[in-house]
Amino acid sequence: MERVPILKIGDILLVSIQVDMSDQTAVALQEDLAERIVATGCHGVIIDITALDIVDSFVGRMLSTIASISRVLDAETVVVGMRPAVAITLVELGLSLNGIRTALNVERGMELIAADREREYDEFDDSSDAEPTASP
Amino acid sequence: MTSGVDLSRPQAQTVGSDEDVVRVRQLVRTVAVAVKLSLVDQTKVVTAASELARNTLVYGGGGTVEVAAVDNGRRPGISIVFADSGPGIADLELALTDGYTTGGGLGLGLSGARRLVDEFDIQTAPGQGTRITITKWSR
Ligand SMILES: Nc1ncnc2c1ncn2[C@@H]1O[C@H](COP(=O)(O)OP(=O)(O)O)[C@@H](O)[C@H]1O
Ligand SMILES: [Mg+2]
Repeated sequence: MERVPILKIGDILLVSIQVDMSDQTAVALQEDLAERIVATGCHGVIIDITALDIVDSFVGRMLSTIASISRVLDAETVVVGMRPAVAITLVELGLSLNGIRTALNVERGMELIAADREREYDEFDDSSDAEPTASP
Repeated sequence: MTSGVDLSRPQAQTVGSDEDVVRVRQLVRTVAVAVKLSLVDQTKVVTAASELARNTLVYGGGGTVEVAAVDNGRRPGISIVFADSGPGIADLELALTDGYTTGGGLGLGLSGARRLVDEFDIQTAPGQGTRITITKWSR
């Protein structure tokens, strides 16, 4: 069975799907990614589907599952590079891809993840600043 | 453009593994390009074929897919038959409902595939297997 490679770029895991995946390969990717998130402590996952010429309900569900798993492991997933014909077909198929964040390309995806992390740190700072004055 | 497939006769692909489902997608793509479907229509028919071939494998216990270039006198198109001798579908209306699944899927394969093509014909009965024919015409 073919396996989809996962690259670590800074604090981000990048998955660029270059093959027409069998269902087994898609399931393996789900598991491999969960392990890599934990092993690397990365907080962002980018899945580049530029090369995918279709997304059916199996791959659509895989993308949703990856997004959910990574959220539980404190990482944000962004799917990038969806082709227009794929987007049109997905909608007609009835797949909503709820809960999946998307961006135009890898660069935008990285910006999105970076902005998210910054916002989280800010909120964390705010609450720790606020605490001493609120507690006495 | 050379398509690499003989369009004068239907192309058959057995479906016995999920690698075969990948082969079905590739075969359907090749024929869809050859009969000059638009990119969006190619994408729709390949997606429908992927759903139905997976059903043939998972629920039908395997079977065959036949892909043919067709012509109705006005337009060329692609016609695909998915056949298995599995358990068949007892309640077809239910199976064609969005979200209905007996296998832990999303339940969008049958209903979604029907939306993605121009013609959708299904013959099935308990114990009689399932045979689905889809057609997409070029515009
Ligand atoms: N070839 C088949 N043979 C027997 N049952 C089938 C076949 N195709 C579909 N079904 C039944 O129809 C249901 C709906 O199929 P589908 O819409 O593809 O959703 P899913 O694959 O997610 O279950 C399946 O769960 C199964 O019970
Ligand atoms: Mg299905």
